[in-house]
Amino acid sequence: MNTVIIGTTTLAVAAGFGFFTWFGGNETCGDTAVAGADIGGPFELVSETGETVTDIDIITKPTLVYFGYTFCPDVCPLDSARNASAAYLLEDQGYDIGTVFITVDPARDTPQIVGDFADNFRDDMIGLTGTAEQVDAASKAYRTYYRKQEGDPEYYLVDHSTQTYLMFPETGFATFFKRDHTAEQIAETTACFIDQLS
Amino acid sequence: MKDIKMKLNTLITAAVFSLTASVGLAESEIHVMDTTVFETAPTAMAGGGFMQIMNHGDTDDMLIDVRADYPRVEIHTTEFEDGVAKMIHIEGVPVPAGGMATLEPGGFHIMFMGLQGTPFVLDEMIPATLVFEHAGEVEVMFKVVARGEHSTMNH
Repeated sequence: MNTVIIGTTTLAVAAGFGFFTWFGGNETCGDTAVAGADIGGPFELVSETGETVTDIDIITKPTLVYFGYTFCPDVCPLDSARNASAAYLLEDQGYDIGTVFITVDPARDTPQIVGDFADNFRDDMIGLTGTAEQVDAASKAYRTYYRKQEGDPEYYLVDHSTQTYLMFPETGFATFFKRDHTAEQIAETTACFIDQLS
Repeated sequence: MKDIKMKLNTLITAAVFSLTASVGLAESEIHVMDTTVFETAPTAMAGGGFMQIMNHGDTDDMLIDVRADYPRVEIHTTEFEDGVAKMIHIEGVPVPAGGMATLEPGGFHIMFMGLQGTPFVLDEMIPATLVFEHAGEVEVMFKVVARGEHSTMNH
C-alpha cells in the first residue's frame, strides 16, 4: 500500500487553512476565509483546444477552481458536479461565474480528455492540462497537493487535494471550499463575495 | 412524463434485479440493488460503480471481486486526510449477516478501468459478475444514470 503522505505541502496547507477569519473591514462571507493567504497567481497551462493559456485568459470573472484528474471515477466527478451545480444556482440568481478543472495528471489527461471531462458537468466548464512542469507550477501556486501512487503504469491513481478556490480576476483569491460544502453553500458564499467586491 | 418513465425504469430495474440478483445459499443470502454507474465523457478512461448489498442470511459475507468486460475492474474506497482524497484498492466490502453494505460516492465503489472508446452512455446496461466469499457469483446489470444536475450530496 502506497498510502504514506509526504506531508510538508499538505501540512502547510492544512495549517494555513485553520479557521482564521479575515476581518478586513468587510463583512465576512462563508466560514473558511483565510487570513492573508498567498494562494493563486500567475499560471501557464494548456486549454482543451491545445492552446497555451494564462490565468489572465482563464479567470475573467469570479471563478471556481478545482484540481483533480479524470481517471478518478468518484471524488473528482462528484466535486466537479457540485461546483457545476453551484454555478447553475448562481446563474439562476443572475450571477455569472466560471468553473475550471485543472488536471494533476497531465501524462494521461490530454487537452481533449480533460476538456470532455469538464464539459460533461457544464458546457462552459474549462478543463486545463499542460506539461508536467506547468501543472506542477500551477498546483504549487494554489498550494494544492498531489502525488501519483506507485503501481501500474497505465491504471495508476493519484492522491490529490479536494478544495475548490473562489478566485477573482483583479483581486485573486477570495476563499476556498471544502468538499463537504454543498452547492447551495458555495453559491451563497460566492454571491456574498461578488456583492462585496463589485 | 419524465417522472413516470423514471418510475417505470425503477420498477423494471427492481423487477430485473429481484429475478436475477438474488443468490440463496444456506448460510448467506445476498440481494443486490441499485447497481448504477454514472455516465462518462466520451473519452473517459475510468468510471465508478455503486450499489446496495443486503445479506438476509445468518453468516457474514464479503464482496471480493467484480468481473466485467473491461481491462481492469477493482474494488476501491476513498479516504480523506487533511482535505486530500486517496483512492485505495481494497480486498473486499464486508456485508454483515442480517445487514447491508452501501457502495456510494465518496466511499466504497467499483472502479471500471480502461474504458477508452467505450464510455458509459446514459440508459445503457453494463453486465458484470459480483463475486462473494460465501454466496459465490451474482450476475448483475449496472444501469448508466445521469449525475443529478443539481446534485447537492453532502458527506
